[in-house]
Amino acid sequence: MSEIIKLDNVSVSYKEDIVLKNISLIVNEGEFLTILGPNGAGKTTLLTTINGLGRILNGKVRIFGNILIKKNAASLRKEIGYVPQIINIDPRFPISVKEVVEMGRLSKIRPFKKLNEDDEEIVYQAMKLTGILNLSQRPIGHLSGGEQQKVAIARAIAQEPKIMLLDEPTSNLDLSAQKGILDLIEKIYLEKKITTLMVTHILNHIPRCTGRIVLMKEGRIVKQGKKEEVLKEEILSTLYNCSIKKIDYDEEIPYFI
Amino acid sequence: MFELLNYEFMRNAFLGALIGGASCGLVGVFVILMRIPFIGVALAHSAFAGAVLGILVGVNPLALALIFSLISAILIGPIADRAEFDPNISIGIIFAIVLGIAFLCMGLIKGPKTEALKFIWGNILTISRKDIWLMLILLIIIILFLFSLFKEIKSVLFSRDISAAVGLPEKKIYYSMLILTGLVISLNLNTIGGLLIFSLIINPAASAYQLTYNLKKMFILSAVFGILSSLSGLIFSYFFNAPSGAVIIIISSIIFAFTFIFSPKRKVRKI
Repeated sequence: MSEIIKLDNVSVSYKEDIVLKNISLIVNEGEFLTILGPNGAGKTTLLTTINGLGRILNGKVRIFGNILIKKNAASLRKEIGYVPQIINIDPRFPISVKEVVEMGRLSKIRPFKKLNEDDEEIVYQAMKLTGILNLSQRPIGHLSGGEQQKVAIARAIAQEPKIMLLDEPTSNLDLSAQKGILDLIEKIYLEKKITTLMVTHILNHIPRCTGRIVLMKEGRIVKQGKKEEVLKEEILSTLYNCSIKKIDYDEEIPYFI
Repeated sequence: MFELLNYEFMRNAFLGALIGGASCGLVGVFVILMRIPFIGVALAHSAFAGAVLGILVGVNPLALALIFSLISAILIGPIADRAEFDPNISIGIIFAIVLGIAFLCMGLIKGPKTEALKFIWGNILTISRKDIWLMLILLIIIILFLFSLFKEIKSVLFSRDISAAVGLPEKKIYYSMLILTGLVISLNLNTIGGLLIFSLIINPAASAYQLTYNLKKMFILSAVFGILSSLSGLIFSYFFNAPSGAVIIIISSIIFAFTFIFSPKRKVRKI
């Protein structure tokens, strides 16, 4: 497997703070990586840095083997599907679900050109995969949080990305929506095998398909490895600064309280 | 009523109202969806500051008005982006600066200030063929911009972050919308004046926003409401001998009131 993302001793600032400190990380093609850590650990900044929107102070970021610089950031980003944290959308905003999914194609269509039949088919398939075909003509602002998150995922898939970045996709959702989104993320990964990096602070939202877990705290990677190496009570208790108990009720993924 | 068109100045006024109404309606959609309503006030005052400075130093006031509002429009986006704050704050900063310049120049102008005040109140009956040509060229540029980059504009209006994430040149598109708004405001100073143009930018687009969930329809409706307001305002002002700018704004406000009351977006569906 080839290295699709490589961070070499990277430090990144956000406003006046240094939020990523000497991070080194390699992600191989086709891998599913979960980045876990408390709020303020720098998880989102790690994703925005990979997406070429971070302010790199030192170190090198390589995406598809290319060193990420300001000049090539926009073109590399076209190959990266980014699902941000849920945003507030004005319920009256004049844009439909289908139009939002179509935005994913803008990375592939040149200005002045319209979506062709192939683009329409890709948008249709992305909506079908995420189960939002019935919402196609609804105004985006009328949807529930879970539905909006599915639309954001469909938009990222419509981009036909080589890398998917998911930022806290289950936050601020009810239990059923959380499960729906996690199941959808697993289904997409198993079907498409897109290299995926998912950030979450919720211990019980680690998808089963996760190959490797990266633990982050205070801007640093504190540990990384397979589920069984990382998901241990003492490691997680130190990470979150509170006592965490593990309940093994599932063969693949433990439950934490 | 058609005898009105026998007069050259009335023909010019009608053309100005038609083109100005459409332009204000179109850029108003940018302003409403970018949630920067006070850009109208700020850029109108920028243009006013430029015009007053022009009068003071003896340079063509309209040319300086155009330059001032253009510079302001160019600065709003980058100031907000660099300082990482809401564009409304950079609009406020620009507003404060240009207001200071305008007041300073007003204070320095000796004698009557009627020529300067003309830019605040505006008078559609005094616009020239040259003004109309400029306004028409700008309207064509706006329409071409919308036609050629509609999907990109839609994306940027929806979310700058998502547009950046899919690799769009979102800054260029965002700044272009601000600059076009600035140009429309300064070229329409003659028609309804700096103080009232704010309403002709906000009201038609806000009215259209009440009626549709489709962006294309919103642009069309907003342009139609802009034209309707300015043309009927002009006719009423002629018959009632009232200031045209004020009547245009009252009519655009009445249109807004109607769309607000009858908005399908406010109706509850029956169970």
